[in-house]
Amino acid sequence: MANHSTTHPAHLHHHFVDSDQQFDAAKMGMWVFLVNEILFFGGLFCAYIVFRAWYPDLFQEASHELNTLWGAVNTAVLIGSSLTVAMAIRSAQKDQQRGLRINLLITIALACVFMVIKAFEYSHKFELGIFPGEWYTYTGFEHPKASVFFSIYYMMTGVHALHVLVGIGLIFWIYRRSVKGEFSSEYYTPVEITGLYWHLVDLIWIFLFPLLYLIE
Amino acid sequence: MATAEVSSNIKKLQVKRFKPAEDPKNTYLTDEKGLWAWLTTVDHKKIGLMYLGAVAFFFLLGGLLALALRTELWTPAKTFIEADTYNQIFTLHGAIMVFFVLVPSIPAALGNFILPMQVGAKDVAFPRLNLASFYIYVIGAIFTFIALFNNGLDTGWTFYTPYSTTTTTSVIWVTLGVFILGFSSILTGTNFITTIHKLRAPGITWSKLPLNIWALYATSIIQVLATPVLAITVLLLTMERFMGLGIFDPANGGDPVLFQHFFWFYSHPAVYIMIVPGFGIISEVITTFSKKHIFGYWAIALSSLAIAFIGFLVWGHHMFTSGQSAVATTVFSFLTFLVGIPTGIKILNWVATLYKGSIEMKTPMLYVFIFLFLFSIGGFTGIMLGSLSADIHLHDTYYVVAHFHYVMMGGTLMALLAGLHYWWPKMTGKMYSEVWGKISAVLVFIGFNLTFLPQFVMGAQGMPRRYYNYIDQFTPFHQTSTIGSYVLGLGLFITLFYLLHSLWRGKKAGSNPWNSRGLEWQATSPPDFHNFDHTPVVIHGPYDYHKPMEEFQLGLAVSHNGHGEETDVKESKVTTN
Repeated sequence: MANHSTTHPAHLHHHFVDSDQQFDAAKMGMWVFLVNEILFFGGLFCAYIVFRAWYPDLFQEASHELNTLWGAVNTAVLIGSSLTVAMAIRSAQKDQQRGLRINLLITIALACVFMVIKAFEYSHKFELGIFPGEWYTYTGFEHPKASVFFSIYYMMTGVHALHVLVGIGLIFWIYRRSVKGEFSSEYYTPVEITGLYWHLVDLIWIFLFPLLYLIE
Repeated sequence: MATAEVSSNIKKLQVKRFKPAEDPKNTYLTDEKGLWAWLTTVDHKKIGLMYLGAVAFFFLLGGLLALALRTELWTPAKTFIEADTYNQIFTLHGAIMVFFVLVPSIPAALGNFILPMQVGAKDVAFPRLNLASFYIYVIGAIFTFIALFNNGLDTGWTFYTPYSTTTTTSVIWVTLGVFILGFSSILTGTNFITTIHKLRAPGITWSKLPLNIWALYATSIIQVLATPVLAITVLLLTMERFMGLGIFDPANGGDPVLFQHFFWFYSHPAVYIMIVPGFGIISEVITTFSKKHIFGYWAIALSSLAIAFIGFLVWGHHMFTSGQSAVATTVFSFLTFLVGIPTGIKILNWVATLYKGSIEMKTPMLYVFIFLFLFSIGGFTGIMLGSLSADIHLHDTYYVVAHFHYVMMGGTLMALLAGLHYWWPKMTGKMYSEVWGKISAVLVFIGFNLTFLPQFVMGAQGMPRRYYNYIDQFTPFHQTSTIGSYVLGLGLFITLFYLLHSLWRGKKAGSNPWNSRGLEWQATSPPDFHNFDHTPVVIHGPYDYHKPMEEFQLGLAVSHNGHGEETDVKESKVTTN
């Protein structure tokens, strides 16, 4: 156990011995939560695998209805935001307050761009009558299970989009705290664990993009 | 540890003689008072007690529903309720007992209270998340209650499609309730894993962890890995009902067997979420009242992890008659038998711990013996249900009902009762009535067997589960079972009464009424707000019954974290082994 200073820093909660222990615990807690997120999405991926194995032709055909270009742009946007959130953590570690705030703002902006593109994609499909489940009315291609592909598409991208929204909220909260100057090289735990969460959101999209858009 | 290592490990340590104040002035109960202080507390002990209260409430509710079911089954035809009501009652009995009682009972109620104390921490790693998990549990419960007053639910606790997508009862409210409830379980698991890894007091190595902690660790792993799969399953089911997704509902192009796979991928490991923490309690109680070191420490510790691991690979044994492939069925059957090995290892090690111990038959120990007896029956009948040909005959009969109650009620709840009596003096500072404790334990034992033994016989003879009516030949079995359930209910009511009575009239417990060597007993009863008045350095193992009590002393960590100065401190040489 590390030597214990006689004065407690403001960020240290009473039940931890020192800042190191608090940081390690927070980081580990987030990793455990990420494992749990992966299993949550795992259920959706499992449904995807099962239905794709049963109806490979349906997946090929229906995939053409998705806009590969905008999907690719969104992929680039999210990867970019992962970079900026990593740079935000780096700035916090190096006590660069301005860099921290700017990187967080860019991350929020990129996440919003992702959501806007997603909204355009959804509304275009709604215009065509491509709704999930029993509301599906599109007649562009013939397949008895056509609606099932789009149910899976909407569930996967919808649950992912919810995670993006949560991420925007979290990063905005981190930004507010960084404006108050709460983070420094001494204490940047919330920045780091929010960054971890954001990387996972990015990573899941990196799997969703080829699985849904790039089927040939 | 090797002897050579011991000699090199001798360090100078400040030690405090083991003698916590017998009549503590400041405890967690006196620290902050008033309803608001309780509702907003982040203290793991108070949250544990709030969970205990909530679990007790739901257990009472689920138990009364069970008594209503048993009363209805007194005669082969209608006794006093309609068939539809009967379907709703057994559904709610199952859903409440599984999701609101068994899953949170030991980890969230007792575990929350005991785990930080056993690792010598002041609290769990994330106290606010811990409080959040309690309120998430409450919100999940409210959703389920909305269903109760709004059409009810008659799908059985398993929500099998396609019935759950076509019934007119309010499935969505309950599935959303279960979805929300899952997060409470996930948060508890995350908290426990992190606490065990990062917040152990100095001196508590992995080989000195109490077996209760190992069991809670294995449980938390299952909670974190399995519960999210349930979450996505009930979310998909909710959406299936809401907008006809077509993943589970055959009417929209889905596959109902896929739902069963999803559901049991959580719900089979979930039975280990319920039973494994019970194993932890048994290990603690059995050593305390045998006054003997646990036999096979590592075998018991690792078998918990083995059960957690194998438990993920056996879900298909719930689906032998669902039409899954013959190969899958055979593999699942084989893997199911494997679970018997770590479980058997535990039972044999506990029995070996008893051997030549000086056994003290207090109420917690009585419940341990009841557990060993009932759980063994539950385990063996599980092996029979896991064998392919036998299961085709026994599937969906009262045999399954009896097996499930022998492991879940005879296992988990008996362990819970053992743990509740064992830690009651620590939690409340009061002793319960030993005489009434034993009387009710005997009533529970007799009542339980009267209720469920006849169900094995009925089931083997072909009585299907969940049926409202039955043929005349089963009447004596059903009536014995109903009488047994009343005896069981009486025993549990007596327990509720004398435990509550002890809060006001119970004798003062003292810090260590059982002469246990566990770390949690080296705090005052009830404990201080911060559990220990200083950060303890643990020198002895939790089962060192071969060392006299006077030798038990705690080291002092360099930091006091700003708490009271110690009066009885001396310097001495101690091995940190």
